[in-house]
Amino acid sequence: MGNEFKESINKAVNNANLTGALGKFSEAYKVNRAKAYDGIDFEELRGRIADLKSYAASNLEQLSEQFTRNAEACGAKVFRTNDPAKVREYILKVAQENNVKSVVKSKSMATEEIHLNPYLEKAGIEVGETDLGEWIIQLAGQTPSHMVMPAIHMTKEEVSDLFSKEINERLTSDIPRLVKVAREQLRPAFLAADMGISGGNIAVAETGSIVLMTNEGNARLVTSLPKIHIALVGIEKLIEKYADVATILKALPRSATAQLLTSYVSIITGPSPNTDGSMKDLHIILMDNRRSEMAADPKFKQALQCIRCASCLNVCPVFRLVGGHVFGKVYTGGIGTILTAWFDELKKSEDIQGLCIQCGACKDVCPGKIDIPDLIMELRRRLVKEQGVPLLQKTIYSVVNNRKLFHGMLRAASIAGKPFTSGKFIRHLPLFLADLTDGRSLPAIAEEPFRDRFKKIVQPKLKERVVFYAGCLIDFAYPEQGEALVKILNRAGIEVLFPEEQTCCGAPARYNGVYEVAEKNAIDNIKALLSVDATYVISACPTCTVALAHEFISTFESVGQTEWMPKARELAAKTIDFSTLVKKLVDEGRLSLKEGQKLAKVTYHDSCHLKRALKVSEQPRELLQKAGYDLAEMFECDTCCGMGGSYSLKLPEISAPILQRKLKNIKDTGASIVAMDCPGCVMQIRGGLDQDGAAITVRHTAELLAEQLK
Amino acid sequence: MMYEQFKARAEGVGAEVYRFITNDAALDFVIEFLHREGLADTPRESALWAECSFLDGIDRGALMGIPGLKFEVTRELASEARFGISQMEWALADTGSLAQNSSAIEQRLVSSLSTIHIALVPTSGILPDMPALLSRVSPKECAYLAMITGASRTADIERVLTIGVHGPERLVIVFVDELGGEN
Repeated sequence: MGNEFKESINKAVNNANLTGALGKFSEAYKVNRAKAYDGIDFEELRGRIADLKSYAASNLEQLSEQFTRNAEACGAKVFRTNDPAKVREYILKVAQENNVKSVVKSKSMATEEIHLNPYLEKAGIEVGETDLGEWIIQLAGQTPSHMVMPAIHMTKEEVSDLFSKEINERLTSDIPRLVKVAREQLRPAFLAADMGISGGNIAVAETGSIVLMTNEGNARLVTSLPKIHIALVGIEKLIEKYADVATILKALPRSATAQLLTSYVSIITGPSPNTDGSMKDLHIILMDNRRSEMAADPKFKQALQCIRCASCLNVCPVFRLVGGHVFGKVYTGGIGTILTAWFDELKKSEDIQGLCIQCGACKDVCPGKIDIPDLIMELRRRLVKEQGVPLLQKTIYSVVNNRKLFHGMLRAASIAGKPFTSGKFIRHLPLFLADLTDGRSLPAIAEEPFRDRFKKIVQPKLKERVVFYAGCLIDFAYPEQGEALVKILNRAGIEVLFPEEQTCCGAPARYNGVYEVAEKNAIDNIKALLSVDATYVISACPTCTVALAHEFISTFESVGQTEWMPKARELAAKTIDFSTLVKKLVDEGRLSLKEGQKLAKVTYHDSCHLKRALKVSEQPRELLQKAGYDLAEMFECDTCCGMGGSYSLKLPEISAPILQRKLKNIKDTGASIVAMDCPGCVMQIRGGLDQDGAAITVRHTAELLAEQLK
Repeated sequence: MMYEQFKARAEGVGAEVYRFITNDAALDFVIEFLHREGLADTPRESALWAECSFLDGIDRGALMGIPGLKFEVTRELASEARFGISQMEWALADTGSLAQNSSAIEQRLVSSLSTIHIALVPTSGILPDMPALLSRVSPKECAYLAMITGASRTADIERVLTIGVHGPERLVIVFVDELGGEN
């Protein structure tokens, strides 16, 4: 990551106004969004949206033609182009032919994408943004920091300073007054403008209609008062059927701002009369700018299902810390990273793709059903393919790729780490590594890894056998979690097998885009884990579970590995996470927990991969309560802890504040124990609480349950 | 039933909702409302009433003598009017929205430039939701379909909800049973 980029992150996370405003908004958003969707089957709705948008993405050329035909039949002029420069030229030509002096605009990300304003201004045309947020950033000479709320990064004091200068009158920071000033200032601009420029939220092929939504009412004025209206529409906004407008409008305002509908919706089909009786000069520009290339890409075609609600920004634990400007000048957040890589260039996403912590929160709420984290991983993979892996990383992965060497080094680290450890933690690291222990202690490498301890466990001979996949963290940092698992399964009449050839699940390599290493890890593990006969392969690390159950397959798909695919599927079918299996054993009466106990107050942290990839959240809670723990839910229980594997090492400046928020939410419950199902989260949260000094113990659910067996 | 749902949803976004059985009762309400809110024949206090079927069902003569109330919609009059009065043909119960074929620009001027928009709506024009509206209104016969839900609003400064940016700061909805409607 470049220094400039790191600097912009530091600037953002230390901007209290920005993180305060975004933090408050993101907290309110979750609650309000849920309220707005009350009584609506979101999965069904987004299924329909994904289908209709996916159909459109597969038929862009045909729908563009159909749209053009129908819009022209109604009297609109349609201009189609792939080239942003041609868009700019076309608009300028229309303006000059009609002697246009001033333009009013309603919010359009497509015009931001092609940097239209400076181009028109250079040609001597006055351009006025009319969306309040856009006008604010235009006055400030900035770019939008959010697709729906462009000026969310600014305070009312900053706005009042800007407006005071604009109208030459000292204003206070009274928001209603500031809004009134905007109304009064912009009204004459609307009435005087010769041309209105808008974007388009939807373009309907079968009718040639465009749909515009605003809350302020500016799009109504932009499309009504000037005699010329130009709508710039990216072709990903095309849908086939008029009736489907209602489908998208059911989700868009709910997901964007938690409204049932925006204050104003206009569906424009051809020109309508001006006040002097003449007809509106209506131009619609269908802009491609690499969208059809995207549609032809089997992986990225999905991104065209975006309806631009920005909910992926609103739920992102990273976005709420850094805001939009870190992402660049136009599109921001998760989907913005993907759009930037395409509409601008792949290279431009090099730094920003690294901001994604892969927690999956955006994927859960996306009304277009886009797997944003997966597409960001694909960007990573392609960047690595194009540019190679940095030398240091390469060295690390060549080690991870060789199990014996890797495990040998981990053993050595348990000794080498000694000078810096105090008890169970590495509290301080020397020199440039010091950042890694900033706000969080790292676990000391266990003196005796699980694989050695396992040999000493005497298990009864039992009929059913299950393979345990430990993963690096349990094997080398938290062997006691593995021992707890063995104890529990033994009690349920299951013998645990531990094939020694198992190695790293490949997640670290995969999450860094080094798929060839992930592929090799996957094959090694498939060989090891399927080498013995067993009912299940169980893992107590959700990240590893996801790797075994899903990612080996998708890694193979990405790199074109077919030979091992059947085996990968066989392993996936056998893979199960700890809590799901234990809950099943309890339900079947094969395992009993002590009854009638009154144990301590515990709060449960949902790990990203368990909750959102494996869809497991109730099982551990039910087990803990059954054992007698008093469960107290924390605020944002399923928000990422900031670990994200190597993320916390690469971007400690983001990981640390995410962790601090998590620690606060844990402490606010008053619980004396925080439980979780992921050794990675244990590492992050235990390290954080160690430096924080709070008297709260951090336990894997397996450890807590192992103590309460009947 | 649909009326009650509409009312709850529309009031949820700050609209004011009234209902009258007869045209005359609705007219009395509108006139009384205009007077109460300070209607006068001066810029920024005048009212502009766009052509609509409601006006056909009443005695227009009674309206002609009211100072400040005008019927000839121009850009200039619309931009200085405090009150804009128009008839919206449909109401959507599930979102509390109004809808109108706004292809005639006069309809848009009075409802977008005024500070207070008074919308007359035939009670029979209440539809359950947007799919019902779209199945009824063919874009071939409607160059500009407008939907309005509550007043003009923004949250662009510090996410604080503020009413009345570019459009009206109040939306007063007057249902009239006698007005019928297209359905």
